[in-house]
Amino acid sequence: MIESLFPNVDWDSMWEATLETLYMTTISTLFTFIIGLALGILLFLTAPKQLWANKVVNWLTGAFVNIFRSIPFIILIILLIPLTLLLMGTIRGPNAALPALIIGSAPFYARMVLIALKEIDKGVIEAARSMGATTGTIIWKVLLPESKPALISGITVTAIALVGYTAMAGIIGAGGLGTLAFLDGFQRSREDVTLMATILILIIVFIIQYIGDLVTIKADKR
Amino acid sequence: MIELKKVTKKFDTGKAVLTAVDGVDLSISDGEIFGIIGYSGAGKSTLIRLLNGLEKPTSGTVEINGQTITAIKGGELRKARQKVSMIFQHFNLLWSRTVKENIEFPLEIAGVSKAQRGKRVQELIELVGLTGRENAYPSELSGGQKQRVGIARALANDPEVLLCDEATSALDPETTDAILDLLVDINKRLGLTIVLITHEMHVIRKICHRVAVMEGGRVVELGDVLNVFQSPKEEITKRFVAQVTDSGDSQETIKHLRELYPTGELVKLVFVGDQTEQPILTKLIRSHSVEVNIVQGNISHTQRGAYGTLILQLKGSAAEIEEALAFLRLEDVQAEVMHND
Repeated sequence: MIESLFPNVDWDSMWEATLETLYMTTISTLFTFIIGLALGILLFLTAPKQLWANKVVNWLTGAFVNIFRSIPFIILIILLIPLTLLLMGTIRGPNAALPALIIGSAPFYARMVLIALKEIDKGVIEAARSMGATTGTIIWKVLLPESKPALISGITVTAIALVGYTAMAGIIGAGGLGTLAFLDGFQRSREDVTLMATILILIIVFIIQYIGDLVTIKADKR
Repeated sequence: MIELKKVTKKFDTGKAVLTAVDGVDLSISDGEIFGIIGYSGAGKSTLIRLLNGLEKPTSGTVEINGQTITAIKGGELRKARQKVSMIFQHFNLLWSRTVKENIEFPLEIAGVSKAQRGKRVQELIELVGLTGRENAYPSELSGGQKQRVGIARALANDPEVLLCDEATSALDPETTDAILDLLVDINKRLGLTIVLITHEMHVIRKICHRVAVMEGGRVVELGDVLNVFQSPKEEITKRFVAQVTDSGDSQETIKHLRELYPTGELVKLVFVGDQTEQPILTKLIRSHSVEVNIVQGNISHTQRGAYGTLILQLKGSAAEIEEALAFLRLEDVQAEVMHND
C-alpha cells in the first residue's frame, strides 16, 4: 500500500535523512538554548535600572542580536561559509550546518528570553535582594525558575523554526530531509519523495510542539 | 537601634530632580514598633528602602545596631540584609516554589545546611500558623496566607529588624487585623524591632508604639501613638486621625487607660446625633452620688451628624456604679464598662 503510494522512496535513505534532521535540530537547539539564554540574561541585566545596568554592553549585545536576527537565514549560511570551514573543516554535511543554525537562531531566542524575563514581577527580584542574594543567586534561583514556562515555550518555537532552517540548509548540502526533498525529490521530479520528506518534517514538528506544551504546563504553577 | 541622620534621597528623573526624602532624622529604639504614615508620594517607600540599602541616600547616614548601612556594600551589605528583613504589600513570593521552598529561600542564601533548613522551616510554619499548607504553591493561598509566608520568610534568618512595606494594604480588614496581631506577637516573642510604612491610620493605632507622619519627604510630626491621636498638631496628622474617629475601644488603648486610672470603673459612652447636645453628664452628677472623672472624649462631625465617644472614670460602690449606668441607659446613651481582654 505505502510502497505503491511512494514508489520512488528509498526508505533507508529516508530514515537516514530523518536522523540527520533530528541530529541537526537537537544539537542546534541545545546550543541555541545555552547561547540565547546567556545573551537574553545579559540584555536583561544590563538594561537601565537593572542589576548590571550598563549602556555600552547593553547596546553592543542588542546590536549583535538585532543584526543576526535580521539576516535571512539562507544568506546567513552563505556569509558564514568561511567561519564554518574554520570551525568544522568542511562546508558539507549535518555538522557544517550547525554554526549557521546556532548563530541564526540564538539571537532569535535571546529576544524571547528577554521578553520572558521582563514578565517577572520586579518585586520578587527586590525581595531576593532584600534577603541578601547575590546576582548569581538571583539569576539561578529567581530569574530562571520564575520565567521557566515562557523559556520552555520559547525554545519550543525556536526548535520548530530550526527544523525549518535545517531544511533550508539542506539545499546547500547539509543533508537531512531538506537535502533529500530538494535533490532527490524536486530536482529528479519525484514528487512522492518530497511529499514523504514533508510528512516526516511535519511529524517532527508536531512531536516537538506536543512535548513543549506538555512541559510548559507542568512547569507553570501560577 | 536605628539611627537616621540628615538623610536625603534625590532622584534624577532626567527632566527634574525629585527629592523623595528630605533631611530626615529619626531614632528608633530596640524592640519598638515604629510606624511611618503618609500619603503616596510622601517618600515613605524610599525611606524604608534606605534602611536595608535597597536605595542609597544622596546624603546622610543610616545606622542599624552600630553598623553604618550607608557605608557598606557588596558582601558586607548582603550579610547585613539578612538581619534587616522585609515584607511587602504584594508579598513578592516566588510562584515557582511551594510555601516550604519559599521560606527556605533566605536560608539557602545564608548558606544553611539542608537538614537545618528543614527544621527551621517547620518552626517558622508553626510560628505563622500555616501548618498543613507546606506543600501548597502561592497561587493556592489566600492573601492573608501569602503574607504569612512572607513573614515566615522574613524571619528565617533571625533578623533584628523587620521592615513592613504596606504589608496589609492589599488585604481585607479582617485579614489585616489577623496579620497585625501576628506582627505584635512576633514583636513580643522575638523582641524584634518593627518599622512599618502605611497610609492607614488603623494600622498605626492598632500596633504601633510611636509614629512619624511624613509629607513631602519630611517627617512633620513624631510622637507616641496615643499622644498623636489625642492631640494631633499638623493638619495632615489630623486628617489621618480622622480616618479612625472611633478611638478608645482598642485593647491597647484600654490597657493604657487602665494603667493611668487603676481605680473605679472605666465606662465608655457613645453619643450619636442629638444626644451630643444634651446635658447628660450634669444630670448624672446632680442625681447620683458617684464620682465622675472625664478620662477621654471626642466628637467627630460627619456628613450625617455628630458622633462622639466619652470615657469616664466612675468611682463609688458597685451598687452606685450600677445605678449610674442604669440612668445613662435610660437616657438612651450607649454605656459600657471597659474591660481588659
